[in-house]
Amino acid sequence: MQKNIFIAKDIVKQYGDYTALNQVNLEIPKGSIFGLLGPNGAGKTTLMRIINQIIAPDSGTLIFDSKPLKRADIAQIGYLPEERGLYKKMKVGEQTLYLAKLKGMPHNEALEKLKFWFKKLDILHWWNKKVEELSKGMAQKIQFVATVIHQPKLLIFDEPFSGFDPINAAIIRDEILELKKGGTTIIFSTHRMESVEEICDNIALINNGETILEGAIKKIKNNFRNNIFSVKLNTENLTLPEQFQIISNTDNNYQIQISENATSNQLLNALIEKGEILSFQEKIPTMEDIFIKAVKDE
Amino acid sequence: MTILGPLLIAGIIILPTYLAMQGHDERIIALYEENTFFSSKLEDTDNLHFVKIPFEEVNIIKEDFSASSYYALLDIKDAENFALYSNQQVSLSVQSEIEGKLSDILQREELKLAGIDLQILEGVTTQIEVKTIIIGEEGETTGNAEVSFGIGFMCGILIYMFIFMYGTMVMRGVIEEKTSRIVEVIISSVKPFQLMMGKILGVALVGLTQFMLWIILTIIISSFAEVLFFDMSAIAAENSEMGQEQSVIVSELLKSLAGINIAQLLISFVFYFLGGYLLYSALFAAVGSAVDAEADTQQFILPITIPLILSFILMQPVMNNPDGVLAYWLSLIPFTSPIIMMVRLPFGVSNAELILSMALLVVGFLATTSLAAKIYRTGILMYGKKASYKELWKWLTFKG
Repeated sequence: MQKNIFIAKDIVKQYGDYTALNQVNLEIPKGSIFGLLGPNGAGKTTLMRIINQIIAPDSGTLIFDSKPLKRADIAQIGYLPEERGLYKKMKVGEQTLYLAKLKGMPHNEALEKLKFWFKKLDILHWWNKKVEELSKGMAQKIQFVATVIHQPKLLIFDEPFSGFDPINAAIIRDEILELKKGGTTIIFSTHRMESVEEICDNIALINNGETILEGAIKKIKNNFRNNIFSVKLNTENLTLPEQFQIISNTDNNYQIQISENATSNQLLNALIEKGEILSFQEKIPTMEDIFIKAVKDE
Repeated sequence: MTILGPLLIAGIIILPTYLAMQGHDERIIALYEENTFFSSKLEDTDNLHFVKIPFEEVNIIKEDFSASSYYALLDIKDAENFALYSNQQVSLSVQSEIEGKLSDILQREELKLAGIDLQILEGVTTQIEVKTIIIGEEGETTGNAEVSFGIGFMCGILIYMFIFMYGTMVMRGVIEEKTSRIVEVIISSVKPFQLMMGKILGVALVGLTQFMLWIILTIIISSFAEVLFFDMSAIAAENSEMGQEQSVIVSELLKSLAGINIAQLLISFVFYFLGGYLLYSALFAAVGSAVDAEADTQQFILPITIPLILSFILMQPVMNNPDGVLAYWLSLIPFTSPIIMMVRLPFGVSNAELILSMALLVVGFLATTSLAAKIYRTGILMYGKKASYKELWKWLTFKG
């Protein structure tokens, strides 16, 4: 119990006839980066709103830090919604201060921390500008600061990288990693599978309101291993014994599938005789492959 | 706008009056008549000075008007032919003044010919004034139906304006938060109900502050204006009958104002202003939460403001019959009572009725607030769906 910052059990949410979430279960380990994946309309945003107490589930239990989720926990949770938004006519500094205080931060502490973050992200010169004067990417940076400022235990980002150019996306990614180092747990939803590969420890894949995959990335990838190896040889028209099936061949780049009773070393041995091995690597399924396969199989 | 508002209104009222008072130069009118029927009786007025001229001068003047010092030339041929010559269009006021004077003269002559003595005529037209006296608990106080009418009307209009103005302000704020999407961020920190009430109360305070400022500024400006006008009209007032009449009217006014319970009026005004505002602004907030853009609010605004508009239209009938059935019921129903009760108050309402009406208003705004809260908390996160009444009903029954 202690190892999970958040547990959702059998969450059900319906809007009239439409079921948004159907018996969803989640366990978010403390201090991890958790990826919430799923096609559009799967129910990710609904789930995130439930964690934030923006909406309440029809049934199910929510446990935050070993205790049932209560209203006061909002001070320990930060939320960056997918549709970013700030008051257009308000000044940046004033607005982030207001949002920080809404989360329960005392005025002076909020001011200090804000100045710290603004300096860190090099946006201090925007303090007195109105939000409408900034570009979309700039406003998102500001909103990022407003989300993390009160040092919550749990951060929830809905598509944090969308709208950022590669440089700024990398900055946000680094900030997320640093926050993790500091002990914060982070949940984020995204369609960018590379970011999931880069920084997530655990994931959950949701489709049509149901969890179809959940757990540590390493384990999931292991489960989806299909024993395919990528081999580059300087031999054309390669032939191999039965237990090694050549799936495809592009310019001497072979995809070879090993049957269950064979090992990779055996393949290596078989290949040595056939020519010069230029590269030999197991093709571990990417999250993108896993995503597509899991959703298609539904 | 808070400061500018009263200044603009004061300006609109004061400036033209001031300019109008300045514009009264004396005009010299040349007067020619073959006989002396009219010219002997035509007297100078404040603005017109008649100078009789001989026949020879008439054509000289007509040829070159600007050379003469006359504003116009009145040529009287006989009792039916008058012509006013000038090198520019004569002003309406001069024309009507001359016409009036001439027809007065004609009328008196005809009455004389009919054998009516002018002295008797003057004695006949008198102004009658019936004093209204209200028999109250503390004895008799002078009433004044016109003043009550005026105050009731003013209060009714003010409340109507304010509810509309500030109600739509709330609605616009809700829509802005929806379109800028900040509402989702805020809702992760506070409950939707808190956000809605915070906005309603915040705008209420803005409204009260503006209102206070308007009153203070209006008092300041009107005292300035009084001083200004007092100087200019003091001289005129001393000499004219009008001035004396005016001071009589003013003292009557003050006497009857005392007859109207100022304290009761003021407290009730604030109460109904706030109560009516709270009732309607909750509905405005609900409308704002149901749409995505201000353009879509039209279909909803009309139904919810019909009671308000109705009470505005019915102000007059109520004032003509302040104790009738219509007035009684409208001053109790929370949707119309803010305006109608205020309109009734100067005419006197029993304390029991007043308290009942206030209590019902409180129940009213509590009811609309809880109804609005249900619609608000679902609507603010709902985008793209064209909200219809069926949809809204569904939202009312959604669980938190």
